[in-house]
Amino acid sequence: MGMTITQKIFAKHSGKRFVEPGELIMAEVDIALANDITGPVAIEEFKKAGGQKVFDREKIALIPDHFAPSKDIKSAELCKILREFAKEQQIVHYYEVGRMGIEHALLPEQGIVLPGDLIIGADSHTCTYGALGAFSTGVGSTDLAFAMLTGKCWFKVPETIKFIYHGKTNSWVTGKDLILHTIGDIGVDGALYKAMEFTGDALCHLSMDERFTMANMAIEAGGKNGIMEPDNTTLEYVKNRAKRPYEVFMSDADAVYLNIIDYNVEKIRPKVALPHLPENVVDVEDAENIAIDQVIIGSCTNGRLEDMRMAAKVIKGHKVHPYVRLIVIPATQQIYQDMIKEGITEVFIQAGAVVSTPTCGPCLGGYMGILAKGERAVATTNRNFVGRMGHPESEVYLSSPAVAAASAVRGKIAHPGEVTDSDI
Amino acid sequence: MIFKGNAWVFKDNIDTDVIIPARYLTTTDPKELASHCMEDLDPDFSVKVKEGDIIVAGNNFGCGSSREHAPLAIKSSGISCVVASSFARIFYRNSINIGLSILECEDCIKNIKTGDVLEINTDMGIISNVTTGETFKARPFPEFIKNIINAGGLLNYAQEVGGNA
Ligand code: SF4
Repeated sequence: MGMTITQKIFAKHSGKRFVEPGELIMAEVDIALANDITGPVAIEEFKKAGGQKVFDREKIALIPDHFAPSKDIKSAELCKILREFAKEQQIVHYYEVGRMGIEHALLPEQGIVLPGDLIIGADSHTCTYGALGAFSTGVGSTDLAFAMLTGKCWFKVPETIKFIYHGKTNSWVTGKDLILHTIGDIGVDGALYKAMEFTGDALCHLSMDERFTMANMAIEAGGKNGIMEPDNTTLEYVKNRAKRPYEVFMSDADAVYLNIIDYNVEKIRPKVALPHLPENVVDVEDAENIAIDQVIIGSCTNGRLEDMRMAAKVIKGHKVHPYVRLIVIPATQQIYQDMIKEGITEVFIQAGAVVSTPTCGPCLGGYMGILAKGERAVATTNRNFVGRMGHPESEVYLSSPAVAAASAVRGKIAHPGEVTDSDI
Repeated sequence: MIFKGNAWVFKDNIDTDVIIPARYLTTTDPKELASHCMEDLDPDFSVKVKEGDIIVAGNNFGCGSSREHAPLAIKSSGISCVVASSFARIFYRNSINIGLSILECEDCIKNIKTGDVLEINTDMGIISNVTTGETFKARPFPEFIKNIINAGGLLNYAQEVGGNA
């Protein structure tokens, strides 16, 4: 019996030739990640357990991104705990404000996570790195403390659901629309405890940025991980970033899947997820005319360079609607610089947008764009739960950067085709 | 362990943002977290809940973020145990790791109402509704997870088995 790519990575990291779904294993981790919210709790647990030295100072990443640059005294204290621990333990992958980025954009960009790796992070969107052909998943702070002590984490080997996307995508249909469609189809617990393996000819044409968006939202379907087999696009992406060896794993032809789900992408149109669950997915056309107060373009889901290019293309030559606030947040310092170089920042500012330094900020209702009672936002983020971006009676609509940009111009949810004649 | 308390019933997909909203994540103090537990669904929850009470919920309880603050907030609000039809994966791990008792049972949500008195035997996985006289059986934990629970959480377990975990 063959193995899936997920099984193979588990087998390799637990020193076994074969692992099967349901098996409980102890595996070695290549990278263990935490941020300014989960890190301090993990550090406290690490110390309580008598931890003196982390298992490997090169394999831990501590990224202040959620409430950083610190929004208040309490968040400054959290960042300080992270910073001091990083100094004390000589953590290699600690990135200070001014060099940092949202963890799930920063780690792949800097070549810290690579194909074939086993990565855990005290952040649920750690599943993003599956786009590189790595196994990566979110854990809590105690699991992370355990990994910082031992270099290990326990897992139950998951069954895999395979999602095959074929055909040619329609104009303005992006990786975000494909994953929203998928979550809308299977529901927010449709892949609970399962590995989601994304494949098919439609994926071959997707850029790495779009693939990261898809793997990022595996957790929104309850998935343990979202994973794609590496191809030329992947290898091209990691070529000049990797500073250590890595291994490419592929699923065997006779690997066993719990379920195989086929999508003809030609039938998929640009999507929006309505409040208050990411599974409430409809075509943009069915949500048109919903008036909005704010648009957020950013986050670990859609704050990468291509996302910014796409939004700028839609917005170029237009003004943000007079009663809408458009807040643009590049996910990393590198993206921020590239946007300036390419003139994208200028496009946004000319249109009347705010362009911020990298931060998670409003995505989790932290700061930089909190919603008042009754307000509505279109956001390129990943969650639209009650109170996610502010007041419990505010609303978040999830979309691609193109739909978000068009909505900012129209002041209501809008298809990019309403604002521009061009195509992506 | 045996728990007895009143039931608080919640629906499917209770996410970590309503269990403890991110605006309160600037603290790690369990008492402070507890005072905001579930507040976006029921602003008075933390005042009304009594020591030993039990949460009963539908599918995918604890979905969303990996914040360990969520099970911590529930635990220090006085809730002794959460019984759900299913749990989101990270919440499940976190609860076991920090020692919040959880049980998976699909029949409970349909047959228990807020205010019913429940008695739970976690070792046996038996949930009794004292108010109606019905009993339900929870799905048993795998052996390995039982060991973590019995050790009192993951880090205690790690210390018990030494570096060879
Ligand atoms: S951008 Fe949002 S979803 Fe992503 S890591 Fe930050 S808070 Fe979490």
